[in-house]
Amino acid sequence: MSIIKFLDEFTSDNLKDRGSSRRDALNTFSSLGKKAAMAAVPFGLGAVSQKARATTTAFQNDSITDALQLALTLEYLEAEFYNKALDSGVLPTGKPEQIYMQIAKHENAHVTLLQTALGSSSIPSPEFDFTAGGLFDPFNEDGTGQETAYGQLLALAQAFEDTGVRAYKGQAGNVMSNPDVLTTALQIHSVEARHASEIRRLRSLDGWITLNERGDNMPSQTQAVYNGEENLIQGGVDVSTLGSGDPFTAAASSQAYDEILTGQEASDIAGLFIVQ
Amino acid sequence: MKNKKIKVEEAVSRGSRNSRRRFLKMSGLAVAGTGLLLSCSDDDDFTEPTDPDPDVFDLGAGDLGVLNYAYALEQLEAEFYTRVLNGSYWSGAAMEEKNILQDLYNHEVNHREFFNAALNENFDADVVLPSSLEFDFSSVDFNNRDSVLSTAQLLEDTGVKAYNGAGKLIETGTYLVIAGKIVSVEARHAAAIRSIRGGDMDDFKLFAGDDIIDSSGLDGAENPSVIIEAAGGFITTPFTANELP
Repeated sequence: MSIIKFLDEFTSDNLKDRGSSRRDALNTFSSLGKKAAMAAVPFGLGAVSQKARATTTAFQNDSITDALQLALTLEYLEAEFYNKALDSGVLPTGKPEQIYMQIAKHENAHVTLLQTALGSSSIPSPEFDFTAGGLFDPFNEDGTGQETAYGQLLALAQAFEDTGVRAYKGQAGNVMSNPDVLTTALQIHSVEARHASEIRRLRSLDGWITLNERGDNMPSQTQAVYNGEENLIQGGVDVSTLGSGDPFTAAASSQAYDEILTGQEASDIAGLFIVQ
Repeated sequence: MKNKKIKVEEAVSRGSRNSRRRFLKMSGLAVAGTGLLLSCSDDDDFTEPTDPDPDVFDLGAGDLGVLNYAYALEQLEAEFYTRVLNGSYWSGAAMEEKNILQDLYNHEVNHREFFNAALNENFDADVVLPSSLEFDFSSVDFNNRDSVLSTAQLLEDTGVKAYNGAGKLIETGTYLVIAGKIVSVEARHAAAIRSIRGGDMDDFKLFAGDDIIDSSGLDGAENPSVIIEAAGGFITTPFTANELP
């Protein structure tokens, strides 16, 4: 799907007749800068009726609320993953553990921020299965061994962070009608990108994505995270044709721009780790 | 009207001075709708806005202003890494650092040429920021590792804050998404440079350190006026941003 086509789909006016809960959510978001607003809204109001929204098919409708619910689902996934990683005993102390501690701190803060922003439209956390149905054993719960488990901890972290970057980017257009929401989403988005860079470097990869390469020792199941990253056309122009030499190779031209994931693509990836 | 390679729906009819006036007027209204005040939007009879100093380039308003602003920042970054790759620190650097800085050079040059192309395909040449901004990097020692890496960190962190703060000023979804595609790469750069520097001092959290990420887990976001003030020390070609916040 072209970007123009994708953008056309969310410029419809279906945002204008939304009910009061959305306005409340946006008003809450507008005051996010005030620390006092944090945690003021009880988490999980309306949790029962909206439980289904956290499943993989819930994000068809383009709107700010849906965008933030998708974001919250991804943050739940990341926060629980890093929290369990830190509790697992699999992470080596020193640099790896320090990195995971810093990322966990941010992902947990993002959960709180988005719950507060959504207010009564917040959703409960899905139940996650980080083995993806038995494919992985990142916390060494099934006796796969420390070394294998650690490799999987790193690989899954990379997949989650690179997904997060693409998913937030894919929602930018959906929230651009509200400057406060957009700015906050961008401020989360770049933090996810910092995380992605560091996890990739911890795995001895570049911090950036070359073409659609998932990188050495990444499970083939993570390829969906990287499909489309090989795109060279930005705003209708092939950026590899804008000059000659190293900056304009296909590899460099793809590295220089991260691509979006649609809401559906992002929730499909997250869905691999959600218990249905 | 030019035959556009870069397609932006709202970019129609900007091919003349007259249409530029309409664009300024319209974008002024659009931005005012978000609660920001613009000096150019109280012009009842559509006369050409009075330029306070006709010899100094103004970035302009709306998408044009933001694209010119991004073009200035990418020119700055590309020039910085060009000088890094011509310095003795880089030529003798450890392979990991050498590769990172080569990649950052590649990406920033690519970004610079993208904005050059996007602006010139969609706007008149006289409202596009000149491609030849001049810079003063006399405060940087390109033969010194710490001087290069600390400046790289400053520029990359500043780039992230700049794009994060400019997102809300962008009117066209296509441009917003492209800015998003670029800012996450700037953030990846910032983290890599910080990671190298953090390793020097056993601070393994510096890639997204508490000095730059707040307690809500948010990166920075600053308006153009703040960024231009901060980056101004490196840019010697004068320009104004009278129509950006």
